[in-house]
Amino acid sequence: MRALDRKLLRDLWHMRGQLTAIALVILCGVATYVMFIAIHQSLRATQDDYYRQYRFADVFVTLKRAPETLRERIAALPGVAAVETRVVAGVTIDIDGFPDPVTGTVVSLPDEGAPALNALFLRQGRMVDPYASDEIVVGAAFAEAHGLAPGDTLRMVINGRRTVLTIVGLALSPEFIYEIRPGSIFPDYQRYGVMWMGREAFGRALDMDGAFNSVMLRLAPGAGERELIDRIDRLLEPYGGQGAYGREDQRSHRFLTEELAGLETMSRIFPAIFLGVAMFLLNVVVNRLIGTQRIQVATLKAFGYGDAAVTWHYLKLVFVIVLLGAAGGLALGAWFARFMADIYQGFFHFPYLTFTMSPRLGVEAVAASLAAATLGTVAALRKVARLQPAAALQPEPPPRYRRSAVERFGIMGRLSQPSRMILRHLSRHPVKSAITVLGIAAAASITMSARFQGATVDHMMNVQFQLAQREDIAVTFVEPTSLRARHELAALDGVRAVEVQRSVPVRIRAGHRSHRTAIVGLEPGGEIQRVLDAELRPITPPEEGILLTDYLGTILGVGPGDMVLVEVLEGARPERELVVAGLVREYAGLSGYMERNALNRFMREGPAISGAWLAVDDSAGLPRIYRKLKDSPRIAGVTLRKEGMRGYEQMMQESMLFYTFVASLFSIIIAFGVVYNSARIALTERSRELASLRVLGFTRGEISYILLGELAVLTLLALPLGAAAGWLLCWAIARGLQSELYRVPLILNADAYAFAAATILVAAAASGFILRRRLDRLDLIAVLKTRD
Amino acid sequence: MEAGGAARKVVFRAEGLTKIYRMGEIEVSALAGIDLQLFEGEFVVMLGPSGSGKSTLLNILGGLDRPSGGRIHYCERELTEFDDAALTRYRREHVGFVFQFYNLIPSLTARENVALVTEIASHPMAPEDALALVGLEDRLHHFPAQLSGGEQQRVAIARAVAKRPAVLLCDEPTGALDVGTGIRVLEALARTNEELGTTVVIITHNAVIGGMADRVLHLSDGRIQRDERNARRVAAAELRW
Repeated sequence: MRALDRKLLRDLWHMRGQLTAIALVILCGVATYVMFIAIHQSLRATQDDYYRQYRFADVFVTLKRAPETLRERIAALPGVAAVETRVVAGVTIDIDGFPDPVTGTVVSLPDEGAPALNALFLRQGRMVDPYASDEIVVGAAFAEAHGLAPGDTLRMVINGRRTVLTIVGLALSPEFIYEIRPGSIFPDYQRYGVMWMGREAFGRALDMDGAFNSVMLRLAPGAGERELIDRIDRLLEPYGGQGAYGREDQRSHRFLTEELAGLETMSRIFPAIFLGVAMFLLNVVVNRLIGTQRIQVATLKAFGYGDAAVTWHYLKLVFVIVLLGAAGGLALGAWFARFMADIYQGFFHFPYLTFTMSPRLGVEAVAASLAAATLGTVAALRKVARLQPAAALQPEPPPRYRRSAVERFGIMGRLSQPSRMILRHLSRHPVKSAITVLGIAAAASITMSARFQGATVDHMMNVQFQLAQREDIAVTFVEPTSLRARHELAALDGVRAVEVQRSVPVRIRAGHRSHRTAIVGLEPGGEIQRVLDAELRPITPPEEGILLTDYLGTILGVGPGDMVLVEVLEGARPERELVVAGLVREYAGLSGYMERNALNRFMREGPAISGAWLAVDDSAGLPRIYRKLKDSPRIAGVTLRKEGMRGYEQMMQESMLFYTFVASLFSIIIAFGVVYNSARIALTERSRELASLRVLGFTRGEISYILLGELAVLTLLALPLGAAAGWLLCWAIARGLQSELYRVPLILNADAYAFAAATILVAAAASGFILRRRLDRLDLIAVLKTRD
Repeated sequence: MEAGGAARKVVFRAEGLTKIYRMGEIEVSALAGIDLQLFEGEFVVMLGPSGSGKSTLLNILGGLDRPSGGRIHYCERELTEFDDAALTRYRREHVGFVFQFYNLIPSLTARENVALVTEIASHPMAPEDALALVGLEDRLHHFPAQLSGGEQQRVAIARAVAKRPAVLLCDEPTGALDVGTGIRVLEALARTNEELGTTVVIITHNAVIGGMADRVLHLSDGRIQRDERNARRVAAAELRW
């Protein structure tokens, strides 16, 4: 090995504590990058593969009823490569020993051959036998939630008729990767399931013999989706078509897309912070190293090493640290990604997960770290290149100090000399002091982001259930029903209050922007179901105009007073311009709200209702009430949303636990890395001074005050800045994660700030402790005998 | 000013001092049995080549280092029995150090460098007085970077004497200075010795400086080879090298 490389190894060993801290920060950066990108790419690859293998459709339409003969005409439309017609309907299910109401969606399967589109992945058992009328395939998530297996029977109400079916298989579908009840935002596998029956048997049960109410299409290569949607809508209009939509409006696909986008955001935010901090650390550490090795650099040059050779020597040192950190980061990131993949399997139902980590990802991560490190150290390395050996071999003059700005205000008079030393040292190196403060603040901000999500979910749940959706039971009718149903519901024993609603599928347009959603007609003065303004105060739905979810307003680019065009997608499909009367604060989903009578008028119908919300006297009476409801043929579904949400919240909290753990761990590494390195450098820079003071008779405690006092000042300055940076980071995360599905509000309670401050203070105290031990071992004689 | 022998108070008494450094696998004997008495108000120069043990002896006298064997008393108290805290107190109250490389605190002005010591000593003089003693009364508010090498060294001397130490220990105080500047520094040390009665010990390998001392100790191989008493002390200004 060449002598210079030997020096490199020894320098590395000598500075191992500091360099390890930097390598760890780089490790965190690379690990988060690899984790987010690998999981993103894996989900993406799995999605693509799954869609292709199981023939996920491009365009979807729901309609009232059309004869099977129409299929040929649909297939003949230009741009259609494949058609699949089917029957889809909601059912009510009975599970022994499970008192809550359970609903499901049953989808028909062709009796002969596999579906042309949206084929099933059979996890267990077999498909339904052709023309069998008593067999069903159940979605794997639902089966798992209830411990169902092939051979078990399932009792359900289809079209008002009780049926007992035998489960023959468990399956997954690309259509239901994210499996949620229509109109819901969060999954609840216990109370909602997807299942499949033979077309003939299910059609007969629904009185849909030889007819269909759902169509899926595959686009021909090069065909335009927009044009096809227009053609199919025209064709299906007489059959009660509710408007065709592409994949981007397909719920499961949409959720998955939003989640992938969220991952992409995270993959940008976190690695950028970690690499930024690593850059800062390398900057100060390498600067200091080169400062102490000035004479060595000069000597090497005097001996005939070229500028480039000496500079490369130091750059190699940087690269070794980066490569060590990056290697660890790649391994840890891959491991985390696998772990996250398991968590994602709980949310999204893929038959398999193609875990991919492309070599390119590794190369990118390493290249980004090397680039950041080089950028961070370029100033120091330039100093090496420019150093004139003759000048460097002369002793350096003492550094120039001035009275600090604070002193010029005249408040220094009472300060002791050690306190003056602290202040002057800080103000002599304003840039270095500032970046130390920034580094600590960055650590604090990451710590805050670790605490942010828990509080946020609590807040969202609280707003959702305490302020907005306060019903005990939600009832949906099979078809729009007369207002009389309200009295029937109110007459049920144990029901305290009833509110009814009308909900209508619509497309809302503003200029060239549009969105498919539903308008819910609310009762004025409703106490069970309320909509809230930005300050979370209830708003009464107006007699004229429409209220929009705030984020829907953002998407459509409209605010109060603007006009939107509302196209209804059912019934007589009326179309009219409405004024936006206000915006509604909602954290999940996008909807429009109107006063119910106004919506009925808009629909040119009588006082029809689509569902109701019930409040009960006593939750013990719930099972009895919904047993009665279930027996009513007009009721399509009964849901206890609160129960489902609790399950979902638990799932969220569990997955967040992992995130919180990783973020906390990483933030501690950063906090410690920054504080320890700053302190360690201060020690190197000032050991001579401190040794002088020891010789003059200062005690260990007194000299520690000077060094640790400086650390304390920097740490305390960093805390408020860290709080601000943390707020900003959480804001960026919340913004990055906002989607049509949910918006994460920026909720930072005292707990988040306190946790961040405590983490930083513990890291600072630990660094201080290590430093104090080093100070105790300060070799007075050796330090004083050498020229600086 | 002839030393009166028994009439003068003994400041340091060393008996059979040895110091062995272990450097890796070899042992280096820095002091090989030193017997020595230093008296109050004495101006002593220790001469010797590198490795003669003079710095080791100075460090042990100043409480920066401990001997491997033998005993050393400071004013009837046995230094060898002091623990770390006691040694720190000893340095704080009784010893002033002057080094070859000044070791001033760059972030403090001349006056503040001196105040650094007066703030923690029991009976200090005013920092201004200490600086006047070394002729720097008009440089009080200059930072080290604004002072010449000789001036910096004189600040270091003022800092060392401001606590009114019993003994001033100087390790090559003129080693980094030119002749003219070095002489001004030596004058400041002589003045401290005369006006405050401080015992001054200078170690140097510049034999010329021996001329201004009461006593010159010649060290080599960790032993005192000769202990000479000057009949007449030459004024620092008359020295040339």
